[in-house]
Amino acid sequence: MAVVTANGKDVEVDEEGYLTDLNTWDEDIAKVLADQDKLELTESHWEVIHFLREYYNEYQIAPAVRVLTKAIGKKLGPEKGNSKYLYELFPYGPAKQACRFAGLPKPTGCI
Amino acid sequence: MAAFDVPPFRPYPIIPELKPDAMKKDGPFIAKPDHQEALGFPGKLVDNWQEKAIEKMGDLLKRFRSFQVYMDACVKCGACTDKCHYFIGTSDPKNMPVARQDLLRQVYRRYFTFAGKYFPKLVGAKDLTREILDEWYNYYHQCSQCRRCSVFCPYGIDTAEISMAAREIMDSIGHGQKYCNEIIAKVYKIGNNLGLPEPALRDTLEGLEEDILDATGVAVRLPIDEEGVDVLLVTPSADFFAEPHVDGLVGYAKVFHQAGISWTISSYASEAANFSMFIGSYENMRKIALRIRQAAIDLKVKRIVFGECGHAWRVAYSFLNTLAGPFDFLDPKYPVPQHICELTYDLIQRGALKLDKTANDHMKLTFHDSCNVARATRMGSMPGGQFVIPREVIKAVCNHYYDMPSDTIHDGTFCCGGGGGLLTDDLMEVRVKGALPRMEALKQVTDDHGVTHMAAICAICKSQFTKVLPYYGFRMDQIVSVHQLVSNAIVLSPPE
Repeated sequence: MAVVTANGKDVEVDEEGYLTDLNTWDEDIAKVLADQDKLELTESHWEVIHFLREYYNEYQIAPAVRVLTKAIGKKLGPEKGNSKYLYELFPYGPAKQACRFAGLPKPTGCI
Repeated sequence: MAAFDVPPFRPYPIIPELKPDAMKKDGPFIAKPDHQEALGFPGKLVDNWQEKAIEKMGDLLKRFRSFQVYMDACVKCGACTDKCHYFIGTSDPKNMPVARQDLLRQVYRRYFTFAGKYFPKLVGAKDLTREILDEWYNYYHQCSQCRRCSVFCPYGIDTAEISMAAREIMDSIGHGQKYCNEIIAKVYKIGNNLGLPEPALRDTLEGLEEDILDATGVAVRLPIDEEGVDVLLVTPSADFFAEPHVDGLVGYAKVFHQAGISWTISSYASEAANFSMFIGSYENMRKIALRIRQAAIDLKVKRIVFGECGHAWRVAYSFLNTLAGPFDFLDPKYPVPQHICELTYDLIQRGALKLDKTANDHMKLTFHDSCNVARATRMGSMPGGQFVIPREVIKAVCNHYYDMPSDTIHDGTFCCGGGGGLLTDDLMEVRVKGALPRMEALKQVTDDHGVTHMAAICAICKSQFTKVLPYYGFRMDQIVSVHQLVSNAIVLSPPE
């Protein structure tokens, strides 16, 4: 099993780079995971990442794209409540890339 | 953007120059023990795997006469060689359908034919070695089971069934694919491919009801687990989760609303997809199909309608009655099951929907025939209804529609490149390369007619195109749901 290291702390990831245990996540880990994709996390990224974790804690699944865009729109203004904005932040797709940075399991299925 | 070269558009569809072993790889990620065991397969490769694999092959040869015929009948005429989108996109000769079949056939000959047992070299028969198992795993996961090759085979040899048999053999020895098997295990545990639990599903549906109300001023419902309604809608869980799928779901809801048909989604059978077909597992396919039957009984519905999902419609149309029938408790006036496009088409024919085509005037449309719908099912009561009905629905809601070239549509349609259990990031190279022929056809209607959007009726196609369109210079949002177009055009009655 592969590991990523942040601040001397090793955490386990699966073969696709997703944390195997949600509870091992912290912000430094998120930065290291983003760094692997050559992304620097800004305040806008953190808004999304924190929402994903909150939603996951309540529902045990990442939010559907409309749930996410609506929540972001309410928080940051309607011009940001769309998937175009999210793809600008997370070019590989908000569902997969943002979930990975947030320490959530990879969403599966026909998506 | 990619760690591999995206194949260039060809000036005209020539057969590519062969590049042996171009796609020789390790194949997709292997299933974990808990995914395997949830499906009744060994957790990891068993010690006596050769013996077990041959035993399983013998079992399948006995159970499926078609499989035996496919192993015996090929005369190497070559008609199939250039028909596979993966061969066209990768140039790897092992992606020629005949070569893909031969990976299994060489072992079949060695253990199950007289000539192969005694004169293996004369008939190309080979012992099952680890090297051959690895080739099976790699190349049977470069087949989307789209069945285009079988249309051109004079014997009707169906490579999809051979690839399903190969995956079933590999699963039975503990060597399954992570993507498919993890998903099937989630259906058993949670009810859908995504692993979307009931509270999240309810929250998502409520949010969509709010969105429709905001946008239209009309309260359109997306009911869940409501007993005694007319219709149980079974749709891919991607319809709840992803774009453009969700716009299709909103379209179904508006159609039901406007037609006054009471309906519900089931939290127990919240998935139309049946990935067990991809791995050739009859037992698992039946287990998933029975969930739909159970939901229909529990919710006391009169009809079952399937949403936009390609292989689900194959399982529903072709196998549901034998897997989970009889459905004598449903209303015999309606087809069991019915496709959402059939339902909408019938309503349009009856003039029951008010449609404003100009709502889609910002788009010029074409339609991608999804392989399982095109080559394994039908819609309506006329031959070729599966080609006619989705197009008629689109034309009823859009002013601008153009077909792609005739050898790339209807039963000659090219797969999106992500079907059959290949829609996973670890197979991105084969997905992108396999999309080449469809992208070429789309380019042609873009150049000739100014087409801006391609509509589809399959969750896999929609996700695959969202991902691969940008590799070929298109935008990811050029793929739309058919019922998204209906959703745009439908004129809802104002609130009373």
